[in-house]
Amino acid sequence: MKHRTFFWFFLPTATAMLLFIAYPIISIITQSFYTPHEAVLIVSEVCDPFGCKEETTVDQEATNALRVSKPAGNFVGWNIYLDRGHLATTEVAEAWRSREGLGDFFNALGNLPFYRAMAFTLTYTFVVTPMLIIVGFMIALGVNSLHRQLKGLVIFFSLLPMIITPLIGSLILFWMLDSRGILGSALQWMANDPSLSMKASTGLTWVMLMVYGVWHAAPFAFVVFYAGLQTLPQDTLEAARIDGANRWQQVKHVIIPHLMPLVTFVALIQLMDNFRVFEPIVSFNAEAHATSLSWIIYNDLQGETRQLSAASTTSVLTIIGVAILLSPVLVRTWRDFKGKT
Amino acid sequence: MASPANRMPRGLRIASTLFIVTWLIMAAFPFFWTLWGSFKVEIDFFSIADWTTALTGDKTKETYGSPITGAGYYGAWVQEEFGRAVINTFIVCFFVVCTSLTIGTLGGYALSRSGFRYTFWLLMIALIFRAVPPITLVSGYLLPFFEWNVWGILPTTIIVLVAINQPFTLWMLHSFFQSIPKELDESAKVDGCTQFQAFRRVIIPVMWPGVVTTGLFSFLLAYNDFAVTALLLSKENQTMVPKIASFLGTTQTEGNVMFAVAAVVSATVPLFILVMFFQRQIVGGLTAGAVKG
Repeated sequence: MKHRTFFWFFLPTATAMLLFIAYPIISIITQSFYTPHEAVLIVSEVCDPFGCKEETTVDQEATNALRVSKPAGNFVGWNIYLDRGHLATTEVAEAWRSREGLGDFFNALGNLPFYRAMAFTLTYTFVVTPMLIIVGFMIALGVNSLHRQLKGLVIFFSLLPMIITPLIGSLILFWMLDSRGILGSALQWMANDPSLSMKASTGLTWVMLMVYGVWHAAPFAFVVFYAGLQTLPQDTLEAARIDGANRWQQVKHVIIPHLMPLVTFVALIQLMDNFRVFEPIVSFNAEAHATSLSWIIYNDLQGETRQLSAASTTSVLTIIGVAILLSPVLVRTWRDFKGKT
Repeated sequence: MASPANRMPRGLRIASTLFIVTWLIMAAFPFFWTLWGSFKVEIDFFSIADWTTALTGDKTKETYGSPITGAGYYGAWVQEEFGRAVINTFIVCFFVVCTSLTIGTLGGYALSRSGFRYTFWLLMIALIFRAVPPITLVSGYLLPFFEWNVWGILPTTIIVLVAINQPFTLWMLHSFFQSIPKELDESAKVDGCTQFQAFRRVIIPVMWPGVVTTGLFSFLLAYNDFAVTALLLSKENQTMVPKIASFLGTTQTEGNVMFAVAAVVSATVPLFILVMFFQRQIVGGLTAGAVKG
């Protein structure tokens, strides 16, 4: 295909991506260095028969003039990055100086919104991703040995947790896990503790959010691995069997190596998706116990007071996090590409 | 799997079946439980005293004279005008799917037919864009949208969702077009067609299976999105998912939780139907990217 033809074919999709993905990324980076102008205030003395008072009014004209002359706002450099809502360098340094052991230091970090969100986001990502791969693999092995007519039915119901809207799926689970819901009551009965409630316990909330994560994403791993099992080389398996490999050894030495490229694929997709965990926190109403980076952005942007600068800064930090997560894969792809040409 | 050497020992077979049954219950039970509960009153579905009332509906019977009531649905659809959100959702989904498929097929086709180096880089950039969480882009949209006075209306959201959708659409259609032999359009070009004519007359007639699969995933993305629609749509133009989230904010008064339950069930039905009819395409689409990539 000639360059020219390629250009015209690719133009519409490139325009969409440049305007609504690339440009916003640049825009949030700029916004994270600026704060909006504060209103210009005039203090004047008003006197009446009972005495004089100072009165503060907003000078609309001057405020507007300032906004027109510098539309981006006040340049503040790295200030927003370093403030209490984000990297909180002063607070971290203070906590480090006054620490009484490492545990105490991490406790202090846990009280800062950014680090609190980071702790949950990372724990969620690195617990849920391996768990869902293991669960998905087990389901795939189980379904593969089922009778053919049952397979379709199992696949149908397995797809539901994945296809469901995340907000709705997590709401459905949350209502059941509520202390008045069926699973919540079951938990109370099992623990023999009628006051047990997910809403009151940070640990339980974290566990339940992760259970939701695995429930939601395991079907994806299952479907991918199940498709991989269909292309399993039967003669390798047979050779292993003739050599006396038992069932577990077959799985370990034949099936898992065969599925390894798919494991990498699922892990890559799921790392990206789990890092943006957001909807279950809204559904579970869990912000008192667990917040994530995406949740902080949402919280800053919603409502009447949209804190664009703060949200932009968290957005930039989130994108940096995604880039770090993704970098091994990108480096590897690039090496493969260089090796090929 | 039929060979006797491969037959499972009985213990393993039982364990495996048990595991699958447990998984099936975990996957399906929450949906049926919520469907059943949506026809009850709140103190039945969320009962402090006795969980069995959610099954029998004792309190529902006391209030409405029958163990099943549509009060939640009445509240959601009539009182809270959930129907408008449903219409909005389908408008958004329809236009997102149509637009993103139109520009995505053109782009994906071009990527699969051009042998130059830059196609690799374009695909890599698309992968990076796919990795950027959509919610991080929203703060970049708000200022210009307010300035041009286009915030809160459906077309803006549609365009944004189309753009967010593009990286994924490109990857999927790219790998699908690569499975269509190049000789097909080459021979059309030898016969005197331009590239676009070759695309129109030779490729379009055979591309529908891949396009349908990609369309399904575009639909799901638009339908399931919460982060973008919640922040870019005004209250009057809300789609289903942010509408349901807004029910949660107003659930202080008794009974309103049941509006949300009824709305959740209503929003699940289209997805259920989708899986029923397109199970094969969904499974195929999920695996296509993996097996080839």
